[in-house]
Amino acid sequence: MKPSFTNEQLQEVQRLVSRYPQGREKSALIPVLHLAQNTFGGWLSTETMDYVATLLQIKPIEVYEVASFYSMFNLNPVGKHVLEVCQTGPCMLNGSDSIVDYIYERLGIRPGETTPDGQFTLKTVECLGACGYAPMLQLGEHYKEHLTKEKIDALIESCIAKSAALN
Amino acid sequence: MGRKLLLEKAHIENIRSYEVYRKEGGYRSVEKALKTLTPDQVTDEVKKSGLRGRGGAGFPTGMKWSFLTKPEGVPRYLVVNADESEPGTFKDRYLMEFIPHLLIEGMVTSSYALGSNRSYIYIRGEYAWIAHILEQAIEEAHQHGWLGKNILGSGFDCNIYVQRGAGAYICGEETALLESLEGKRGNPRIKPPFPAVKGLWGCPTAVNNVETIAALVPIINEGGEEYAKIGMGKSTGTKLISACGNINKPGVYEIDMTISVEEFIYSDEYCGGIPQGKKLKACIPGGSSVPILPANLLLKTAKGEARMMNYESLADGGFATGSMMGSGGFIVMDDTQCVVKHTYTLARFYRHESCGQCSPCREGTGWMEKILWNLETGKGRSGDIDLLWDIQRKIEGNTICPLGDAAAWPVAAAIRHFRDEFEWHVTHPEEAQKRNYGLAHYADPLSVSVA
Repeated sequence: MKPSFTNEQLQEVQRLVSRYPQGREKSALIPVLHLAQNTFGGWLSTETMDYVATLLQIKPIEVYEVASFYSMFNLNPVGKHVLEVCQTGPCMLNGSDSIVDYIYERLGIRPGETTPDGQFTLKTVECLGACGYAPMLQLGEHYKEHLTKEKIDALIESCIAKSAALN
Repeated sequence: MGRKLLLEKAHIENIRSYEVYRKEGGYRSVEKALKTLTPDQVTDEVKKSGLRGRGGAGFPTGMKWSFLTKPEGVPRYLVVNADESEPGTFKDRYLMEFIPHLLIEGMVTSSYALGSNRSYIYIRGEYAWIAHILEQAIEEAHQHGWLGKNILGSGFDCNIYVQRGAGAYICGEETALLESLEGKRGNPRIKPPFPAVKGLWGCPTAVNNVETIAALVPIINEGGEEYAKIGMGKSTGTKLISACGNINKPGVYEIDMTISVEEFIYSDEYCGGIPQGKKLKACIPGGSSVPILPANLLLKTAKGEARMMNYESLADGGFATGSMMGSGGFIVMDDTQCVVKHTYTLARFYRHESCGQCSPCREGTGWMEKILWNLETGKGRSGDIDLLWDIQRKIEGNTICPLGDAAAWPVAAAIRHFRDEFEWHVTHPEEAQKRNYGLAHYADPLSVSVA
């Protein structure tokens, strides 16, 4: 199925484009890619990127080169819940390694892997600006800070419950 | 107890809302500026205040603004840099999250001074919820006439927009930020031309850090001269410090730059000391890019004077025995931490964040990461430390943007001050897997090789 925004989402694209002077519509590319990734399964397929290019009237390559540059854009399918564990210096000092190990113990996935049921993807990321609240991870648009094993257990349970409620 | 100018009211209930913020005296600086000062007079107040850029470079803000060219008929832009990504730094996030109107208020006045009718906040993509908070604050400011057309009858129009990035440390570099705002890859531009001449969409642009722009509020309210009386020497006003690592009370603190590093780490008003009775080993006082200092050089300068929490004192001794204020990201390490491993995580960070334009940075950062990984995992060889030193030296100063320097400095400083710990990893590879080196380097407290 070809990707296609709803009318409401197309209005949102128009609102984003209106924030720049005329002729500078390309500036809306990153905000529109965020919207596209959220809408079309958490990642950007070639079809999705081509669709965004059509919307902004730019060449597909202009979308590909941007999508591939920024770490928040996924160019391959990911699980329903993406756990992004920060591992840079300050988080490392506060035990981020053990968080990654514990997620492996619980879910059997290493960084870059997705559970066979397609529910969870584990990623390690670089500094998210939460150094004083380490160790931490990002889940969707939210930060989960001061992580402990208990908190990770609760987080995994709530993700599973959320998926079950949607089915 | 030092003076607070930015976060004094951050803990008032509902200060995030316009009503409470206004009741607490919010937007007074906009009234004062737009009704009683010309744009140039606002810039003059900033010059008098001695305010220095709070993003990391510490360049005088008033001077930066005076470089902005004003050709007839060409729009000018203010872009606020909220791409806070320097490891150890989380101060702008705190300010925007808890007292967002302070940034909006500072932006209206700054936009007036610079003649920007369309100003942007470029915020790192991961701070998604803060982007929503800012958009809410902007909407409220619009409703109450602080944004939009003919603000306070002054004839000045201004709109503010929030732009989310998508995960790229390099977009904190001002020209990469502008490229990103234009919908491109975050590849830094060659300077000159500087953004003040050719910035966003080729127009004159001022790019300033969140905290810098927020400081406009007290500067205009109290006057530049009054602001300059706070602090010490050329470190005027207050500075937000985000403290993290091995301390009892991590968090964001506003200091007036007259306190000592020792007080900052050990007093209960700030970091509250090191947990579990452990000892201070080292500290990176200004975000991951600035030189790491061992405890002895951190607390006292090479001359034996108490080191203070301000621009001049933190830089005392240059890179040989000093460091930098940087972004205010204060990372503390206790005696159970391994400098080699910590340096490895930073090298990995810079390799991940290098945009890839310049060969010394693109190739050098990955090479340093590999060597540091080998050292950390017991596969180091005797020439590795000299090789690391050589690589970092060949990156520094040889790239378009300062990311190359930022990647080189942490490695250089770690070797400069902790060479014995690196050598121990080479000579004792198996032991290094089982325990950390601890504080052994204090056998010779001032073993500092001056480069």
